[in-house]
Amino acid sequence: MSDLLQSLNPGTPPDARSYVERAEIDASLRAPVLLFFGTGVAWLLLGSLLGVLAAFKMSFPHLLDSADWLTFGRVRPAHLNIMVYGWASAVGIGVGIWLMARLCRVAPRHRGLLIGAGIAWNLGVLAGTIGILAGQSRSIEWLEFPGWATPILFVAYALIGVWGVIMFRFRRPGHVYVSQWYLLAAFLWFPWLYATANTLLIWQPVQGSVVGAVNWWYGHNVLGLWFTPIGLASAYYMIPKVLGRPIHSYYLSILGFWSLALFYSWNGMHHLIGGPFPAWMISASVVASVMMFIPVITVAINHHATMRGHFHYLKWSPTLRFTVVGAMTYTIVSLQGSLMAIPSLNNLTHFTDYTIGHAHLGLYGFFTMTMFGAMYYIVPRLVGWEWPSAAMIRWHFWLAASGVALMVGSLTLGGFLQGLELNDPQVAFLTSLKTVAPFRFVRACSGILLSAAHLVFAVLFIRMLLRQGGPRAEATLLSPPEIPAV
Amino acid sequence: MNKLPLLFVGILLVFSTSWIGLVAYPYLKLGRLAPEASRDGLVPPPLTASAIGGERVYAANGCIYCHSQQVRPAWLSTDIEKGWGPRQTVARDYIRESPPFLGTMRTGPDLTNIDVRRPDRVWHYQHLYEPGTVTPGSIMPSFRFLFKVQPIKDRPSFEAVAVHGPHAPPRGYEVVPTQDARDLVAYLLSLKHNYPLPEAGDPPAADAGK
Ligand code: HEC
Repeated sequence: MSDLLQSLNPGTPPDARSYVERAEIDASLRAPVLLFFGTGVAWLLLGSLLGVLAAFKMSFPHLLDSADWLTFGRVRPAHLNIMVYGWASAVGIGVGIWLMARLCRVAPRHRGLLIGAGIAWNLGVLAGTIGILAGQSRSIEWLEFPGWATPILFVAYALIGVWGVIMFRFRRPGHVYVSQWYLLAAFLWFPWLYATANTLLIWQPVQGSVVGAVNWWYGHNVLGLWFTPIGLASAYYMIPKVLGRPIHSYYLSILGFWSLALFYSWNGMHHLIGGPFPAWMISASVVASVMMFIPVITVAINHHATMRGHFHYLKWSPTLRFTVVGAMTYTIVSLQGSLMAIPSLNNLTHFTDYTIGHAHLGLYGFFTMTMFGAMYYIVPRLVGWEWPSAAMIRWHFWLAASGVALMVGSLTLGGFLQGLELNDPQVAFLTSLKTVAPFRFVRACSGILLSAAHLVFAVLFIRMLLRQGGPRAEATLLSPPEIPAV
Repeated sequence: MNKLPLLFVGILLVFSTSWIGLVAYPYLKLGRLAPEASRDGLVPPPLTASAIGGERVYAANGCIYCHSQQVRPAWLSTDIEKGWGPRQTVARDYIRESPPFLGTMRTGPDLTNIDVRRPDRVWHYQHLYEPGTVTPGSIMPSFRFLFKVQPIKDRPSFEAVAVHGPHAPPRGYEVVPTQDARDLVAYLLSLKHNYPLPEAGDPPAADAGK
């Protein structure tokens, strides 16, 4: 009975046997998960640096412009690919395998597979980044790593996917929790996506505009069917877990899952509205994008109803604070995305900084924040130590939150004005450059805030690995909770 | 949802619909278009070897992150009024390009018809070397690394690019394009999609979108 309760609701207090079981799982996943987390944080720092450099180049085009490998058109894709593959995917894999093992409730087999995959993954990212900076990119967005680097990533990925499926196959019988559906799906979708895109775009390139269709089918699905399910799996696990109460509705989570799978996968073409494609392809994507209201609102209601009456926990729990901010941003960014797909609005935002703001709201405000939340929960269990400094966690949170708010705010507003001018045949092109210039400068400064947040987190992470700060009996909280009188 | 096989099949089936619709369908339908015969030969015309090299330089240096190459139809946007082209671009316009640089940003102008707007090779060299010298206020980066600054031998090379102002080379030196720069400009000058195509509809009055 307790098993069933546990999986229906990861918030119920475990009995003694499950304590032992969890300790075993954590011990055997310590090395691979920390490998993914640690390298992810290192890439996060490098990616931030490149992002800030690219952003300042928009304001000061002569900044570091004499060497070819530092030109804007290489630094920008290097930043994106490092963030997508080096940071977000790596930390997503780390969180994904840990959650999978915890929810399958068996000590994982084949740990070597994961460690090998982790090493290969990072070599692939390194090779790909060097390739971009050396001028080997084919400028296919989200797939700029050259063709000799991507097979390494694919093999690494395949190992992880296989591990995930094996794990699931040998899980302890009992209920399958919603996070597991999301993870299993992500583990199955991503290799399909990555193999299709690489085959048709990089290894055996297809002709002409087909590239655009495949490109954005891939690009959008990486967000929708790789990052989003991992982020939601984590939120679905962490929120009930920290609160110690069950998820609001099982049926809503089923609806949310299947509608996400169906509609998200059709979204890609909304990046190419007005492009050289049959009208029905674009219409299908526009409709699917608007239909995204269903999974998004479903998840939002489910999370909100779970949180209801417990929002004061956000004052104390770092995990919950990051996760809930991430989950709320998910709702906002998805609704924004649906609106941006409507042709008359798309017309205004397409080709402008507005889209860049939207992308950061998704990958940072939602995904990265959720992953920080998960790491605050998972790392102490792997290291057997509590976070050494509540003050640093607070700094991390506020720098990250204000940085991303400032970034998205300036890009959104600047992009909106830029769009108005780009669409107006009476306005000269150069005028649009002048209009967005101050917003771009603010945006570059917001990158400094985010980099500072990452630096704080990196230091905290290293101090954690070194077990600094003295042993604590209780989890590190953002502020001491006032215990309400019973 | 404990029925494993159902979950598996469902996950893969749902996803395969989009794979069929957005990958397989365009691949079969748009992946084998042939050029059209027209009065002036095949359109789009084939790229020269140099232009193909230029396509690679364009990709390597990420021009796509600031420049689009697509003209949206008039019912949807003001692209044609803005002068990015006389008609919307269609799939056949891109069959010579590998990959096509449709782009998602317009930090700089659309380049679908840059050869129509700026047919002058020298202008492009000057612009790439130092955009600000020909377009004050530009934020396009300088692509100086695609050029050589070399001492003038007996007389200036015939390809030497005239650069004036603060970015001029020191006295006794000249700026000459490397092969990469030559290729890139050859590629830019191949960007000209103003020929009529049946599926693109009638272009509006002949002088629109110059
Ligand atoms: C950081 C963004 C950026 C990058 C990267 C960039 N450009 Fe530009 N480009 C601009 C801007 C802004 C303008 C408009 C001002 C000007 O003419 O310089 C422009 C203008 C142009 C023009 C003139 C367009 C016209 O209608 O007059 C051409 C041609 C051009 N760029 C080619 C390129 C090529 C080729 C590359 C890659 C090697 C490239 N650009 C990379 C921003 C960029």
